[in-house]
Amino acid sequence: MLLQKLSDPDVFGSFNELQKIQSQLNRLLTAASKRSTGEFPPANVWTNESGAVVRCEMPGINAADLEITVVNDTLTIKGEKCQSETDGQNCLRQERGWGRFTRSLQLPFAVDPDKVSAGYSNGILQLTLPRAEADKPRRISVSEV
Amino acid sequence: MTTALLEPRQKVEAAQVYVPRADIYESGDQLVVLADMPGVRQESIDITIEQNILTIYGKVEEPQLDGYNLVYSEYGVGDYRRVFTLSNEIDKDGIQATIKNGVLKLLLPKSKASLPRKISVTSCD
Repeated sequence: MLLQKLSDPDVFGSFNELQKIQSQLNRLLTAASKRSTGEFPPANVWTNESGAVVRCEMPGINAADLEITVVNDTLTIKGEKCQSETDGQNCLRQERGWGRFTRSLQLPFAVDPDKVSAGYSNGILQLTLPRAEADKPRRISVSEV
Repeated sequence: MTTALLEPRQKVEAAQVYVPRADIYESGDQLVVLADMPGVRQESIDITIEQNILTIYGKVEEPQLDGYNLVYSEYGVGDYRRVFTLSNEIDKDGIQATIKNGVLKLLLPKSKASLPRKISVTSCD
């Protein structure tokens, strides 16, 4: 009975259909997992056992004006997005925001502030934050008594 | 004969395409467009004009992070595309574009014909 069903080409047809639905659902769910908080700058965070990488979308910033501080497990980014040259001109459309911003992110572990590195290119800030030595998990060996 | 030849050709685009935010203002005898396109490099931007349609397309190639897991995400990564309709006042041959820190700047000069002209009056006594 089952074999008969499997050999029926229609079975595979509906299987493809199911796969299509699954991929559509997956796409919907990935879109929903983006937690846009409306805060500036939006950040993506990656981690592994030895540290974290944070990327922020912040186009049109003067990198020298950025103030980045790390205290224990909290990263703070301060800066200013200058009002574009539209000021005083005959402005036809204004969608890009401007002003001073402060953003704090709490990481899942303490960070070694001396080893933090930051780079800004093409409007994206990338921070590499190594985990503090003292915070890393340590294996404790058990000796037989 | 391969079936690949029979399939319709289409431009391969990223799964996600975003519309960049833009400011437009008038400065002297030109229009200026500023568009936020973070992650786009100078060589991966494509600007085309077809009749009166100006299209900007920015391709984003984000470097992969090996050995890391994405744990928190507030923005999606994808290409940027926006279409503008130009009026006849724009001199299409004189359009200039620059990109700096992820902000695209387009300079659209107005054509000579559309600029205001002063007509001098002579007396005919």
